Amino acid sequence: MPRSPSDGDEANRISASRFLARPRLQELIDALRGRGYRVIAPVPRDGAVVYAEVESADALPRGLRESQAPGRYRLEAATGDRVFDVVNGPGALKPFFFAPRETLLQVRTDAAGFEASETLPETPPTAFLGVRACDLAALGVQDRIFRRGRFPDAWYEARRRDVLVVAVNCVRSAATCFCTSFGTGPEAREGHDLVLTEQEDGFVARSGTPAGAEVLDGLSLPPAGAERVEAEHGALVACAEGMERGIDTEGFPELLYARLEHPRWAETGERCLSCGNCTAVCPTCFCHDESDEPALDGSGAVRVREWDSCFDRDHAQVHGLNFRPHIAHRYRQWLVHKLGAWIDQFGESGCVGCGRCITWCPVGIDITEEVAALRTEAP
Amino acid sequence: MNPLLPHPAEIVEKHSFGPDIHAYRMVLRDPAARPLFDFRPGQFNMVYVPGVGEVAISISSDPEEETLEHTIRIVGRTTRVIAEKGVGDVLGLRGPYGNGWPLENARFKDLLIVTGGLGCAPVSGAIDYVFRRRANYGHVTILHGVKKAADLIHRERFEIWRREPDTTVMLTSDQPDRAWKDRTGVVTELFEEVAFDPIRTQVLMCGPEVMMRYASHILEQRGLSRERMFVSIERNMRCAVGLCGHCQLGPEFVCKDGPIFRLSELDRFFRTGHL
Ligand SMILES: Cc1cc2nc3c(=O)[nH]c(=O)nc-3n(C[C@H](O)[C@H](O)[C@H](O)COP(=O)(O)OP(=O)(O)OC[C@H]3O[C@@H](n4cnc5c(N)ncnc54)[C@H](O)[C@@H]3O)c2cc1C
Ligand code: SF4
Ligand code: SF4
Ligand code: FES
Repeated sequence: MPRSPSDGDEANRISASRFLARPRLQELIDALRGRGYRVIAPVPRDGAVVYAEVESADALPRGLRESQAPGRYRLEAATGDRVFDVVNGPGALKPFFFAPRETLLQVRTDAAGFEASETLPETPPTAFLGVRACDLAALGVQDRIFRRGRFPDAWYEARRRDVLVVAVNCVRSAATCFCTSFGTGPEAREGHDLVLTEQEDGFVARSGTPAGAEVLDGLSLPPAGAERVEAEHGALVACAEGMERGIDTEGFPELLYARLEHPRWAETGERCLSCGNCTAVCPTCFCHDESDEPALDGSGAVRVREWDSCFDRDHAQVHGLNFRPHIAHRYRQWLVHKLGAWIDQFGESGCVGCGRCITWCPVGIDITEEVAALRTEAP
Repeated sequence: MNPLLPHPAEIVEKHSFGPDIHAYRMVLRDPAARPLFDFRPGQFNMVYVPGVGEVAISISSDPEEETLEHTIRIVGRTTRVIAEKGVGDVLGLRGPYGNGWPLENARFKDLLIVTGGLGCAPVSGAIDYVFRRRANYGHVTILHGVKKAADLIHRERFEIWRREPDTTVMLTSDQPDRAWKDRTGVVTELFEEVAFDPIRTQVLMCGPEVMMRYASHILEQRGLSRERMFVSIERNMRCAVGLCGHCQLGPEFVCKDGPIFRLSELDRFFRTGHL
């Protein structure tokens, strides 16, 4: 049963809601920029949407929507001039905080030894506009890993510190979405400073934090009114109920642990190319490599961190032995970690149901289908 | 201080055991950092070679010594560069990481130590620790198996341990050569020759997982509970701080939840291969 959007305190919700007419979206962008934020929003580029810096609301994917299916993604023209109808693209927020590649340390060597110092990034204050509920949840998942673990990561923290998030509730889902299985969407629940729900002529807007409220107040918006808020509610329920895919997480992680020897792994291992696309587009995957790159003039080195994938052949390689020699072992590691072990490690699922791994898998392997097959006991 | 920053440490002593194993005694450049490195036997440091890389290496000195020792087997890219280092050279250290062997709660118990394969560095420091506190422990049995006779490295160590009171040391080889005077066969066959009290005995194991899987199975049949068996797990390690994801075994991060696990806790993640 999908969780329906919060109908909590109806009266409060109505009184807290403002209306931002679509032509005034630029004012919101200007207000954020005026406060010193660079604004990052979804923009169409090379046939998909990506998060990129915008100055103008015209850069948003107006009048576009996408169609997604296993192994397939297309941007298509839609009627009307909605700007947030494209659900998502391959990129999530992840690269903005957990960089695909970055320098960790600067190391200077001389005859007496070496001296290492950290090279922390200097990131401008950043406002993200148009963040989906699933990506917001994924940000929370990565925060748990990089900010709240036993060893908080200074590089992640430096990028994450000064951030404002304007979420967008989903009134339309892609065919690959299944956020309702994890209660992460379609409505943004926590972690946002502001949230918008797009309607025919504009947006219902609410704040989630004092920082968000300040921005909203500065725009002097009219109240959204009961009618708009009810329509918003109806659209969110319809979106949740219209979701076609899902994962039955009942009994996780134990159920997955009990399926470690299931014949399905070998079958999927035959299809999987071990390309690692799924881990690259996943907004929560955190595996990485650390390595040294010596300076050409011999004066030292930099220590570099780069995304890695459990589908990489060397991921579980130690001297003389690979613990996961076959693709089937790697696919099992990925799925059991994401949906099972993650719960033991971090107290929550590693999947937020964004569907990216389904869309961007070149052979269309579908995590929801895999779980359904794994749930049935081997014959 | 950032946990990924290595502390410079100078090599003050180097002992070589054959061409491929060297023990390095190191002193931190900054003596004030030494308390950060207080450790328990079985814990490890990341040893850093500037411009080359970082490797996980157990600490083989005694926790009460001031200097830190690492006994390193030369196998690949980074360790080959370490092999060239000598007294006066500086390496980086960060740590200590991992949990260590449960030696405090093993006091006055008998120890059955089962090791196999080439490197069992994580356990030899623990054995030295026990013998330095001999009176605190009961009977110590050390069973070590290698495939080929030539794989037995560091034989002197076993000979030294063999002379300890109330101690049994047995070596075996799968494929012995003509000079081999010890047992023939796999290490688990030695179980038939040793007596132990399942209630008083604590097992420490280190070596190939297939060996440990089989050994634990036989020991269980001999009445030893999995609660009393501890295994040292090896996995690829890049960060040692639970962030890079490389060392996972089921829900465990071997770098911070291990590398030593009570067998009953690993359960099916230990029994299932290729995880
Ligand atoms: C907890 C722990 C304690 C260890 N203690 C010792 C010790 O006391 N003495 C000793 O000689 N060796 C020890 N090892 C093994 C040692 O870490 C590897 O031999 C070493 O990483 C090989 O590095 P290399 O670059 O020379 O080899 P390569 O084969 O070139 O390895 C490349 C990279 O792969 C990874 N890697 C390869 N083998 C291993 C491995 N076995 N374990 C973890 N990562 C690996 C490392 O990141 C390494 O830099 C220990 C390993 C672990 C996990
Ligand atoms: S596993 Fe797939 S659906 Fe789940 S969060 Fe990652 S990319 Fe999205
Ligand atoms: S599941 Fe698909 S995307 Fe992931 S590694 Fe396999 S082929 Fe690539
Ligand atoms: S070594 Fe990086 S997570 Fe354990």
